[in-house]
Amino acid sequence: MASTQRPLSPHLSIYHWYINMISSILHRATGIALAAGSLLLLAGLLTLAAGETQFEAVRAFCNSWLGLILLFGWTWSLAYHLCNGIRHLLQDTGLGFRIDQIIRNSWLAVIGSIVLTVIVWGWALAAGGVA
Amino acid sequence: MNSMRNPMKHATGLGSAKHGVAHFMIQRITAVALVLLSIWFMVLVLGLLGSDYATARAAVAQPFNAILMIAFLIAAFWHAQLGLQVVIEDYVHTPWIEMALQIIIKLACALAVVAGVLAVLRITLGS
Repeated sequence: MASTQRPLSPHLSIYHWYINMISSILHRATGIALAAGSLLLLAGLLTLAAGETQFEAVRAFCNSWLGLILLFGWTWSLAYHLCNGIRHLLQDTGLGFRIDQIIRNSWLAVIGSIVLTVIVWGWALAAGGVA
Repeated sequence: MNSMRNPMKHATGLGSAKHGVAHFMIQRITAVALVLLSIWFMVLVLGLLGSDYATARAAVAQPFNAILMIAFLIAAFWHAQLGLQVVIEDYVHTPWIEMALQIIIKLACALAVVAGVLAVLRITLGS
């Protein structure tokens, strides 16, 4: 299908990065990240059933610097995908399609995701890390 | 206007893409479920931070948490499979690679659900 090298009209190089564009591609990117990260959660659940040694190994990984970065990224991805997902569900009913509403709701999703992430990680750090 | 349309359209209700709204509907229904279930999941995990293995296992063993955990697994992996299906449809255009990826994703999500449900059953029925 895309076998002949025909010149394409420019897209990413010329379009201004408006918030509605950013929120759309972020929704897809966070969705993919959530799918990938769900494997770590599944590992936690499976080792919880398997035994203490295995579970502690997963817990140790979660406490490593790599694990903490992944969990932080996954938490923010969940928060963003949740906020933007609610916006999509509302749009499915027909609400919020005016340009100014789309801009406002996109920003609400981004800000909401940061607020949720701060709340979750504030709690986690207060509880003593991912212990 | 309606006389130009094939009566089969009304009979099957599938539309020109022959798939109907199944994908759309299930994606939205699992999304609604996940709005509630992911909040529950985060609250559960946050409540279990710093606790030992026995406490964590006992928490998941409670019927309330076990039921919601199974619901969360099914909703999350079904939602993920449908979402990834659209991503593959959008970016992969070589037919055999696309088909292979779609099948792998479906089987991986199905396997993840089976493994997760089995783990929850072991936890909740074993203790």
